[in-house]
Amino acid sequence: MEAVHGHDHSHDHHHPTGLTRWLMTTNHKDIGTLYLWFSFAMFITGGLLALGIRAELFKPGMQLWQPEFFNQLTTMHGLIMVFGAIMPAFVGFANWQIPLMIGASDMAFARMNNFSFWLLPPAAALLVTSFFVPGGATGAGWTLYAPLSVQQGMGMDLAIFAVHIMGASSIMGSINIITTILNMRAPGMTLMKMPLFVWTWLITAYLLIAVMPVLAGAVTMLLTDRHFDTHFFNAAGGGDPVLYQHVFWFFGHPEVYIMILPAFGIVSQVIPAFARKPLFGYASMVYATASIAILSFIVWAHHMFVVGMPAAGQLFFMYATMLIAVPTGVKVFNWVATMWKGSMTFETPMLFSVGFLFVFSMGGFTGLVCAITPIDIQIQDTYYVVAHFHYVLVAGSLFALFSGTYFWLPKWTGHMYDEKLGKLHFWCSMIFFNLTFFVMHFLGLAGMPRRVPDYATQFADFNMIASIGAFGFGLSQLIFLWCVIKCIKGGEKAPAKPWEGADSLEWTLPSPAPYHSFETPPIVK
Amino acid sequence: MISDNRRTFVKLTVVAFAMFGFGFALVPFYKKLCEETGLNNILQKSELPANTQVDNSRTLTLEFDGNLRNELPWKFRPTQTSVKVHPGQLVQITYEVRNESAESVKGQAIPSYGPQLAGNYFRKLDCFCFSTQELKPGEVRQMPVVFVIHPDLPKDVNTITLSYTFFRVEGPAKPSAAVAGVRGPV
Repeated sequence: MEAVHGHDHSHDHHHPTGLTRWLMTTNHKDIGTLYLWFSFAMFITGGLLALGIRAELFKPGMQLWQPEFFNQLTTMHGLIMVFGAIMPAFVGFANWQIPLMIGASDMAFARMNNFSFWLLPPAAALLVTSFFVPGGATGAGWTLYAPLSVQQGMGMDLAIFAVHIMGASSIMGSINIITTILNMRAPGMTLMKMPLFVWTWLITAYLLIAVMPVLAGAVTMLLTDRHFDTHFFNAAGGGDPVLYQHVFWFFGHPEVYIMILPAFGIVSQVIPAFARKPLFGYASMVYATASIAILSFIVWAHHMFVVGMPAAGQLFFMYATMLIAVPTGVKVFNWVATMWKGSMTFETPMLFSVGFLFVFSMGGFTGLVCAITPIDIQIQDTYYVVAHFHYVLVAGSLFALFSGTYFWLPKWTGHMYDEKLGKLHFWCSMIFFNLTFFVMHFLGLAGMPRRVPDYATQFADFNMIASIGAFGFGLSQLIFLWCVIKCIKGGEKAPAKPWEGADSLEWTLPSPAPYHSFETPPIVK
Repeated sequence: MISDNRRTFVKLTVVAFAMFGFGFALVPFYKKLCEETGLNNILQKSELPANTQVDNSRTLTLEFDGNLRNELPWKFRPTQTSVKVHPGQLVQITYEVRNESAESVKGQAIPSYGPQLAGNYFRKLDCFCFSTQELKPGEVRQMPVVFVIHPDLPKDVNTITLSYTFFRVEGPAKPSAAVAGVRGPV
C-alpha cells in the first residue's frame, strides 16, 4: 500500500505541459481556468456584438447595419452572453472552488469534466460561424420564438446544434458538481456547514439538470418542425406557436436563477470576509436559495402575459412572481445585516459585492414592476425590460463574477492583483453600467420597443447616453484583462489567507493552490 | 466512494433523460389542460352578443322596389317584396340584377325612400349602391343591403318603401364622386 502510494505520488506530481496539458487535463484547477478564459473570450465576443447594437442606436435613422443584421446582433449577443459567458464562468468558479471549499482532491468525474469543457469551444464556433452562412445567423431573438425560428435559414440550425451541445455540457457539468458535493466532502463537513457558494451551486446544478433537457426538447421540436415535417408549432398543421413559449420559459425562468444563484453564493463568501463577521442567517440563506429555486418552476408564464391568457392565469403568475421577492428580500436583508456593525474594508472584491447589492436590488425592484400584469402589458418588449434584465444579469451575475475573481485571484495565481487597477475597474464599470442602462428605463416607459434598429427622434438623447455608456463599459473591461494578466505574471506574493475575515477551507492551502490539493481530506470540526 | 459516485451519476443521468422526455410530455399535457379547463378559449365568446337596441314593441313593414333608367338593358328586382322588422334590428335583404345585353354595362343605383323622412333613420352598413356595378354580358348578381332602422323613427311611420333606381354610367366610372354625390341620407 505504501509503495503503491509512493508511486502514485510521484506520478501525480508530474506536470504535463504545453497544449496537451490543456487538451487532456483532468485537473479541476486547469479545467476551471479553461472555463474562465473561455467565458472571458465569449464575454468579449458578446460585448463586441452589443457595441454593434449600441453603435447603430447611437442616433436615430439607419446608420451601419441592415435591419436583418441588427436582429442577428441582438440574438447572438443574448445567446453568447447567456450560454457562452455567464454560465461557463460560473462553472469555472465551481471547478476551481468547490473541491477546494469542501476539501475534496478533485471533481468526482475528472474525465467527464474535461469533456464538459471541450464541448464548449465547438458550440461557440457553431454560433460564431453562423454569421457567415447564407442568410446569416439567426435573428429570432435569444428566445428563438416560433414561428420565426421555424422559418429562418441555416444559421438557425447551427444555433440549435450549439444549444444542444452547450446543454449537454451543462448537464454533465452539473452531474459532476452534484456528485462531488454530495459524496466527496471532507469528514465532518455536514451539508449545513458547507460554504454558501457550494450550497448555491448544489441547488443551481439541480436546476440545470431539471431544465436544460427541457430546452433541448424545445429546440429539438424546432429542428423537427424545420426539417422533418412535424408541426409542434405550426398552426396550419395543428400545432401552436404559443406552445413553444410555454416550453421555452419552463426552461427560461429557472435559467434566470441558474445565472444568479451562484452569484448569490460568491457575494455570500465575499461580504462576510470583508465585514469580518460570519454570514448573518446562514440557514435562512440556504432555505431562501432553495425557495427561489422551487418557485422558479411556477412563474414561467409571466414572460408571456400578452400572448392571451385568462385572468385567472395572469393573477396566478403575477402573485407567484411577486412571492419570489420574499426569499430574495431575505437574502438582501442578510447581506446588509452581515455588514451591520462589521469592521468593513473596501478592497475590490468587496466593492464589487456591495455594488452588486446596490444595483442588483434595483434590478429586483424593476422585476417586481414587470411582475404586475397590467404594467407588464404596457412595458412588454420595451427597453424597460432590457434595463431590468441587464440590471440583474450585468450588475448581478457579472459584478459577482468580478467580485469572485478578485477575491480568489490571489489563491489562483499566488500573487496579489493590483488594487489600484481593480478599483479603477470597479468604478469605471459601475459608472458606465449605470450610464448605459439607467436611461433605458426612461426609454422603455416612453415606449421605445426593443430589438428594433431605428427609433423615433424623441428617444435620441437617452440612446446617445446609453451608447456612450456602453462603449465606456466595454473599454473598462480591458482594465480587468490587464489587471488579471498583470496578476498572473507577477506581483506581490500572496499569503495563504490574504483576506482577514475569510474562513473557508481554500484559505488553509498555500497560495497559489498546489496543483494537487487535499489528497488527504482535512478534518472539519 | 467510487461506487457512490457511480450511483449518483446514474440517478442524475436518469433524471436528465426523464426531463428531456418531460419537455415532450408538455405538448399533450398543455393540450389536455387547455381542453379540460377551457383556458385556450379566450378568443371565443362565451355567448352570442345580444343586440339590446331592438325595440320589440314596434313592427315595421318594409317594401322594396327596383327601377331602371337610361334604357339600361338589365333586369332589376328585389328578391323579396316586403319584410317585417323591429326598429334597431339588423336586417339583410337582397336584390337581383341581370345584364340581358351582349356587352358589359356599368350602372349606379340611387336610393329613395317613402316617406322621404324615413331615409334619415336608415343606417346602412353595406349596400350595392355604395359603388358602381359593372355587369358582364348575361351576368346575374345577387346584391345585399344590410341596414338598421334607427329606433328614433317617428311613431306614426309604420310602412317604409325603399326604392332603388339604376342609372347607366358612361365611360370610366368615378366611384368616389358618384357615391359621395348620390348616397344622400344613408
